[in-house]
Amino acid sequence: MKTNNVILRTVIKIVVFIILTLAVYLFFSGHDSPGGGFIGGLVLASAFVLLFIVEDIATIKKGIPVDFKRVAALGAFIAVATGFGAIIFGEPFLTQTFGHFNLPIFGETHLTTVTIFEAGVALTVVGVVVSIILSISRDV
Amino acid sequence: MNNILVLPLALPVLVGILLIFFRSNIPLQRWVSFAVMVVNLGLSIYLLHEIHTEGILRLDFGGWKPPFGISFVADSFSVLLVMTTSIVTAICLLFAFSSMDRSHEKMFFYSFVNLLVAGVNGSFLTGDLFNLYVCFEVMLLASYVLLALGGRKVQLKEAIKYVVINVVSSWLFIVGIAYLYGMVGTLNLAQLSQRIAESGQPPLITVISIVFLTVFALKAGLLLYFWLPGSYAAPPIAIAALFGALLTKVGIYAMFRMFTLVFYHQPVFTHTIIGVLAGLTLIGGSIGAVAYRDIRQIVVYNVIISVGFILIGLAVATPEAMEGSIYYLIHDMIVKALLFLLAGVMITLTKTARMDQISGLIRNYPLLGWMFFIVMLSMAGIPPFSGFIGKVLVGQGAIESGSYLLLALAFGSSILVLYSLLRVFLSCFWGETIIDEEEMITAKKGWLIPCAILTITTIGLGLGAESIATYVSEAANTLLNPDKYIDAVLND
Repeated sequence: MKTNNVILRTVIKIVVFIILTLAVYLFFSGHDSPGGGFIGGLVLASAFVLLFIVEDIATIKKGIPVDFKRVAALGAFIAVATGFGAIIFGEPFLTQTFGHFNLPIFGETHLTTVTIFEAGVALTVVGVVVSIILSISRDV
Repeated sequence: MNNILVLPLALPVLVGILLIFFRSNIPLQRWVSFAVMVVNLGLSIYLLHEIHTEGILRLDFGGWKPPFGISFVADSFSVLLVMTTSIVTAICLLFAFSSMDRSHEKMFFYSFVNLLVAGVNGSFLTGDLFNLYVCFEVMLLASYVLLALGGRKVQLKEAIKYVVINVVSSWLFIVGIAYLYGMVGTLNLAQLSQRIAESGQPPLITVISIVFLTVFALKAGLLLYFWLPGSYAAPPIAIAALFGALLTKVGIYAMFRMFTLVFYHQPVFTHTIIGVLAGLTLIGGSIGAVAYRDIRQIVVYNVIISVGFILIGLAVATPEAMEGSIYYLIHDMIVKALLFLLAGVMITLTKTARMDQISGLIRNYPLLGWMFFIVMLSMAGIPPFSGFIGKVLVGQGAIESGSYLLLALAFGSSILVLYSLLRVFLSCFWGETIIDEEEMITAKKGWLIPCAILTITTIGLGLGAESIATYVSEAANTLLNPDKYIDAVLND
């Protein structure tokens, strides 16, 4: 953006962190209430898109040096791989499991394999949305 | 539970994703994709054998029992098609190795072929209507990319048409699914069949079945084939061959599945419409195949004729006709890939697609000429090639049920297929040669070997029809007795 948007820039610096926190919250709450990988990923992607709008693309790319197409592929890979994980344990494809563990800081925690699957979904969504926005922005 | 069932879908998906990370390593991409197809072929042969001994197989994803969860169901019909898909794709990949531009290969060509195959196999194996929609979409999204890959003007022009048509038909598909779910309250194919059988298919459900018929007719090119000639002629040869061999067949498969398993109570209405559509498709396709002088168009219209022919089997719906359709479906996937490849090689060698500008090719490329001759005989249904048995059985079924008009159209179209290709053969391969010894481009081995393998396959399938006969009759049997399918899914 060519105009010098001081107010927008200042606000975004804080807002991006709020959005990122919300994304993580939505991601984890998805296990048994509204939210999940898809929505968490969309919110996460919106934070990136905001950054791309406020700063120029080159600056952000220097700050986040990842190829978002690869992020999408990695996410899809994680999601499919959890399906294959079930096959290795001799269960039907895509079977998910969970358990309660005593972790040092968190205390007793409910851990599920579906969270790994959801992480894959979230990464895919982030990768795809940002790739789309970036390739549209190139045309204009 | 049998996890092997999901591998024809899951393996290509996994490999398709992994290959994105190895974008620059083209040899690896090539051979891994090829290996996946070979593995899929092995798996499907194993599955065919399993089904033969143990009956229809089922896999419940995540352990959720049907009708609540999503399941994959494999009967002989689906697995035969998965097997053929693997063969055809493997050979088209072999052809692509020596014919694709490196720039295409770098733009994730192999990833998308894998995803296309995943979608196709998923559509064949799924036991759930919504999943069928999803697999259709996977297949279509991959095909959008493959069609537009390279970005030549004609490709982009056709891609827009193709995408719009398919988005509209997918929308209709989802509308149909919503109506059906609203009426019957389930999307599991077996339970759908059961519930519709209980209610005796009231008129409203028959109307919904027509929505599905429209959708699948669009995808299969049954009468609604106006989009097909353009978009199948536009992409590079290897991709066009894949499209011609696989995409319409998925629509045909869906039509067979839905109108034998779910909507089979009002055949006087639905199957008559299918028969009329099939007849009109045969007429339209034949006119197209005879009318054009562009080799690509002739080849594409031959795809349309075969769609009409296969669906005559469904319209007639006797055991013989069903078997005939299944034989013909398998034969057609192989032969159409071969025909597209041969036509593509001819066009590459002569740099023109107009058949009146080509002549005397057989002097320069005898092998190519004879393979074209064999594919022509095979498509016309002349024994001992693979088209014969399918044509005979469909004809027999049509006679038994007294559908003489369809019979006449089916065999009339066969003659026109022969005529249209014979015209190409006479004009392009006979006569004065147009290519001098010095100017002659040598046909690469990588072009001829895949064609030769397919030619051997079509001869082998004709002579060795006995080897798959048990599986085909099993498949036809399951299609005609929906109870078997329902039992395997719900009462196990």
